[in-house]
Amino acid sequence: MLTPAQVAETYFLESRHQLLEIAAYLDRYDAAVARSGGSNGQAAADEKKLALLRRALEIVAEQQPATERTVALLELFATL
Amino acid sequence: MQIIQPHYHAIARTAQDYERMAMSGVVAVAEPAFWAGFDRLYPETFLDYFRQISEFEPTRAAQYGIRHFSWVAVNPKEAENPVLTREVLKHFPEFFAKPTVLGVGETGLHKSTKNECDSLEAHVDIAMKHGQLVLIHTPHLADKAHGTKRVLEVLAGMNIDRERVWIDHVEEQTIRPCLDAGYWVGFTLYPITKCSPKRAVDMLEKYGTERILVNSSADWGPSDPFTLQECVLEYRRRGHSLQEAIEVFHNNPCRFLGQNPKFDIQPIRVETAAESAVSR
Repeated sequence: MLTPAQVAETYFLESRHQLLEIAAYLDRYDAAVARSGGSNGQAAADEKKLALLRRALEIVAEQQPATERTVALLELFATL
Repeated sequence: MQIIQPHYHAIARTAQDYERMAMSGVVAVAEPAFWAGFDRLYPETFLDYFRQISEFEPTRAAQYGIRHFSWVAVNPKEAENPVLTREVLKHFPEFFAKPTVLGVGETGLHKSTKNECDSLEAHVDIAMKHGQLVLIHTPHLADKAHGTKRVLEVLAGMNIDRERVWIDHVEEQTIRPCLDAGYWVGFTLYPITKCSPKRAVDMLEKYGTERILVNSSADWGPSDPFTLQECVLEYRRRGHSLQEAIEVFHNNPCRFLGQNPKFDIQPIRVETAAESAVSR
């Protein structure tokens, strides 16, 4: 199995890529809201998925989670 | 839909790429000189490489009906050898005379050292003196913002035609200063390490399509020429018209590369038979 240093190195670029895609998704959403009405942009009727994603990001960022982050995320997404 | 791959390292790819690109609408590729994966020691190695991309590679592409163009440069990663750089630069005019060489590239920065900046300046200088186009590589990952700033600083001190210079591999944090300064910019689509097709379309929607090129930069590392077609699909899926897609993925390369008359592929416009009849 891999050492901690190997894990950190091997999957860094892939994780960076995935986080950038999430950031771009949220930026894309904000841009779409702004396009829909300038400063009074119209949000999606149901932002539940976005709220869930933001909560998921908080879980991902936890340094010492009570349960594995993947388990917590799967349980979170199951509430949708 | 007809597509142009403006930045494609063909010698690192198999003929299967050409075949599939031809089947998916690619009509031309442009191949900048690239790093070989190790630092070359001899000027002659570069000259044979330039012969390969300017003489042999067009014949390989032609078997699939694809036009092949190329650029010459000493890669930024090899700029720490100024003697070698100077020696190779002396031979550039021989290659500018070749029928498919479009200019100098990819020059640029990797770690933004003094030798790299000197090499960049020398490359741009010889290009301008010979009326050539310029393709500039900007650093990846950690040094992206700083390296792009240094590229702009080096160029700002030179007497150049900015519309003939393409600054490549821009991302969200570097696109604006390059466009604001009047240069062309390129998005480079990679599976993981650079821009993604979705992010590229985000930037097209934010900044518009003027002076923007999109390329896959397929090379010998983890890369995929069909990220370009993925980007076309993403662009169309968001509701942009066929003509708008043609403007980005065919006509913009024609506009930039066509500043060198050797690149004679013209921008195209789709129209119905009825529209065509009216316009006659």
